[in-house]
Amino acid sequence: MSVAIRSIGTPVERVEGREKVTGRALYAYEHAPEGVAYAAIVTSSVARGSVRAIDADAALSLPGVLGVLSAQNAPNLPGAEGELAVLQSPAVAYRGEIVAVAIAETAELARQAAETVRVDYEQAPHDVLLRGDHPELYRPEKVNPNFPTDTEEGDVDAALAAAPVQVDETYTTPTEHNTAMEPHATIAAWEGDSLTLYDSNQGAWNVVQAIAKVFAIDAGRVRVIAPHVGGGFGSKGTPRPHVVLAALCARHVGRPVKLAVTRQQMFTLTGYRTPTIQRMRLAADHDGHLQAIVHDVKEQTSTVQEFAEQTAVVTRMLYASPARRTTHRLVALDVPTPSWMRAPGECPGMFALESAMDDLAVACGLDPIELRIRNEPEIDPESGNPFSTRNLVECLRRGAERFGWDGRAEPGAHRDGRWLTGMGVAASTYPARRVGSTAHGTAEADGTFTIRITAADIGTGARTVLTQIAADALELPLDRVRVVIGDSESGQAMVAGGSMGTTSWGTAIVKACERLRAGEAEVHVDTGDDEDPGKDFARHAFGAQFIEVRVDPATGEVRIPRALGMFACGRIINPRTARSQFLGGMTMGIGMALFEETIVDPGLGAFMNHDLAQYHVPTNADIRDLEADWIDEEDFRVNPMGSKGIGEIGIVGTAAAVANAVYNATGVRHRDLPITPARILATRQ
Amino acid sequence: MRPFRYERAADEGGAVAAVAEPGAKFLGGGTNLVDLMRLGVETPSVLVDVTRLPLDRIEPLDDGGLRIGAGVRNSDLAADPRIRDRYPALAEAVLAGASGQLRNLATTGGNLMQRTRCPYFQDVTTPCNKREPGTGCPAREGEHTNLAILGHSEHCVATNPSDMAVPLAAFDAVVRVVGPEGAREIPLAEFHRLPGDAPERDTTLRKGELIVAVDLPRLPLAARSRYRKVRERASFAFALVSVAAALEVADGRVADVRIAFGGLAHKPWRASAAEDALRGVAAGPEAFAAAADAELAAARPLRDNGYKVDLARTALVQTLVELST
Ligand SMILES: Cc1cc2nc3c(=O)[nH]c(=O)nc-3n(C[C@H](O)[C@H](O)[C@H](O)COP(=O)(O)OP(=O)(O)OC[C@H]3O[C@@H](n4cnc5c(N)ncnc54)[C@H](O)[C@@H]3O)c2cc1C
Ligand code: SF4
Repeated sequence: MSVAIRSIGTPVERVEGREKVTGRALYAYEHAPEGVAYAAIVTSSVARGSVRAIDADAALSLPGVLGVLSAQNAPNLPGAEGELAVLQSPAVAYRGEIVAVAIAETAELARQAAETVRVDYEQAPHDVLLRGDHPELYRPEKVNPNFPTDTEEGDVDAALAAAPVQVDETYTTPTEHNTAMEPHATIAAWEGDSLTLYDSNQGAWNVVQAIAKVFAIDAGRVRVIAPHVGGGFGSKGTPRPHVVLAALCARHVGRPVKLAVTRQQMFTLTGYRTPTIQRMRLAADHDGHLQAIVHDVKEQTSTVQEFAEQTAVVTRMLYASPARRTTHRLVALDVPTPSWMRAPGECPGMFALESAMDDLAVACGLDPIELRIRNEPEIDPESGNPFSTRNLVECLRRGAERFGWDGRAEPGAHRDGRWLTGMGVAASTYPARRVGSTAHGTAEADGTFTIRITAADIGTGARTVLTQIAADALELPLDRVRVVIGDSESGQAMVAGGSMGTTSWGTAIVKACERLRAGEAEVHVDTGDDEDPGKDFARHAFGAQFIEVRVDPATGEVRIPRALGMFACGRIINPRTARSQFLGGMTMGIGMALFEETIVDPGLGAFMNHDLAQYHVPTNADIRDLEADWIDEEDFRVNPMGSKGIGEIGIVGTAAAVANAVYNATGVRHRDLPITPARILATRQ
Repeated sequence: MRPFRYERAADEGGAVAAVAEPGAKFLGGGTNLVDLMRLGVETPSVLVDVTRLPLDRIEPLDDGGLRIGAGVRNSDLAADPRIRDRYPALAEAVLAGASGQLRNLATTGGNLMQRTRCPYFQDVTTPCNKREPGTGCPAREGEHTNLAILGHSEHCVATNPSDMAVPLAAFDAVVRVVGPEGAREIPLAEFHRLPGDAPERDTTLRKGELIVAVDLPRLPLAARSRYRKVRERASFAFALVSVAAALEVADGRVADVRIAFGGLAHKPWRASAAEDALRGVAAGPEAFAAAADAELAAARPLRDNGYKVDLARTALVQTLVELST
């Protein structure tokens, strides 16, 4: 099964672009069901303990306030678990947890009422700090989504003891938060036992399943509508507690209810990336051939539910080595539960692995690109399967040429006024997986075709790309095809996550279109049980990140005048939207390298810098000459379009490339992110 | 956010009369006050909008200086050719602050009165002596990476965040105010205060007083001035450390100099000790470093902000070297 190409590969403009720039595209909060009321969340101000009493009298006495819900009066939710068990008990598991909600005639009044609610706590001692020597570190059963916690192959200890070149270092990444432009928001409306949610999410079908379970109602009674979503990065990949809360509020007041999570509340209610402490041991011969790799990860979860970031999983497949060990240990702290953030696992894991590879290149006296080429595996070290396509070396070589890598000097050797300059490289990779999805297709009377699928366009251009795929599969021009997404009525489909959206939805769309083209007028397809042509192959996307930095060693300022990402991600369906995914990922990676860190106050058990004035992501002034390009590749073992997912790979390896460039500029290695002026100054001789 | 009344003052007298009401506050561009109201940090019952007062001009003074109306927007201040020519560090400082959108709204008076960015101050669920006197100062043991190294007290270690105020302090600006008891002038160096045992008071402005203008005295030296702001992010970030400096070198010796630091204290920090150490000595990196050391000898860094001592020293030396070559 493969698709004739007409539109695929061309830079089609976003099909809903006009709607968006003219403000007609409706985001979750902008829908306006009749009789809507507004809710505002009250969160806990202690990190552990329980709510002794809630005094809502003053709030309820404000004219226009419709109700206040808390664990005292919220209905029992039989199917609610973990973070979705909202207001089900007076226990407080972290600071910033939902303890009450006020509902009123206007948003302003709801907020005022929420501020008026008095909460009295029974406070218990808390622990919010991840430490490498934490006594309660434990071994989880598995890591996300379903990988073995630990792996071991070969005689690791013997290899470590024997190898002449060794790297043994610890790398850390801090707590990091997704900062999507559109904060999470939900409108809930009950009609009898049926619930409609206008919700900002990455997968309407998943929200239906989760919410139906929480309220113990049939999934057929829940409809989730999300035509436009302003970013998610994983934070909208699973329904967050406020969705349950909105539905509770709507039921309580018997009216539709709007609920927006504030930017500040996002820091505790919508997930974050766990901090990580990663010990890397690399052992190699004098020529840089790896003899052993050991990647030991420590990270956190909450007491509410387990979340085990798969940080070391990438180390199981990237390089050849006769011996290898990877481990993950967690500690359950009094913190919000970590969750998905762009390239979970690969992103923090590759900071450690690709920094360590740079350390090893120095130890072996090798160019870091040459070192990587020498450790290129012939087959997937993890599964033993061949790679469907693997063009890492090509990305490194092409990128090096384009970037002017041969102009790179010895560490600390390049000065331009007060600035030291340097270049760094790191590999990128991300799995190219797919899951089954359903799709509907209709041949309309006017000769056009409508495809319905519960896909999500979170700003990526998914709607456009799916329209291109359908048009090519139907062998028709784009204007004869309409793809309707973001409505759970269209049935089961993959979330926009794991870089699996386009692959999974596109495969179902191609299948539907082939039947339409064969003459059927109305089709419903499900790819869930289809033969997977690539199941005996290791399928991954690859890339190489090149970064140039300027470091003022006297002030610790770091600037990035130039960056290039060279990717091998199968066929690029839409160069315009693909480029923006790559550049967006790289930008986020630069933020991770230099700015992003959620500050934890251990005494209060609080995230302190909970807004965008304090939690810094890159500005335009930080992103200068940023380029992304790709090599020609097609991989029909992944999907019939020959493409691979591209949403996450752009962030993978970027931070390591920055740290490696800082090393090349200054001769000083930074193993803790972010690389701030204070950290640079602390290492000044 | 609580309900509040909005009033628009027609003239200075009306503004002062309107703000006499308990719980009343002046409203400039609102870029700081409205944020703090949303956070519940400020809970005024009435806002007296002073942006329609005729205070939006920059006018020459008889002595050759300039009078900046309190309502002059930050963007207009930075763009004014007289400011750019005669006090370039001031234009640079304003442009180094906030974002274009915010500068279009922010006023000179409001900028001087902006509150600290200490994270605890902005979060009403935490203790903070500045916000609620007597509740304690969690920053001292907690997050203080970007807080004060000079002039702090056991009660508060906050910094003043204004960029604009730093060159104003260096250039001996004077704040002109009117209040219930009449008009007075406050030298900028005395306008902001150190926290001492009353961190809830940022300034020496008395209750009900309206800032009407900031006077910049004639200072030919300032035509050769620079503002250097160090921050990890290239734009839209408060200073870790900043320096405003003006330097005149004659025959290789420092004839005159003005220096103030930002990001180090509860007020813009006029570096008088550094200035004294420099006057008359041979200009050069060693002298500049010695002057920085003279000023920073008083620094008492906290657990996590010792880097600022180093940074302030470097920023000053780099700026003076640049001005002397
Ligand atoms: C995201 C963000 C980033 C920022 N970054 C920077 C930065 O990098 N550097 C920097 O210096 N600043 C920065 N700022 C702060 C900005 O400069 C201030 O918010 C602005 O200058 C305040 O001016 P305003 O007119 O809006 O004041 P308002 O918010 O209107 O008022 C502030 C205070 O001044 C009082 N006030 C206003 N006018 C008068 C008057 N005439 N007399 C007496 N009292 C008065 C008000 O009552 C209030 O208490 C930033 C702000 C934001 C939101
Ligand atoms: S430093 Fe000042 S503003 Fe910050 S918490 Fe302490 S008292 Fe409050």
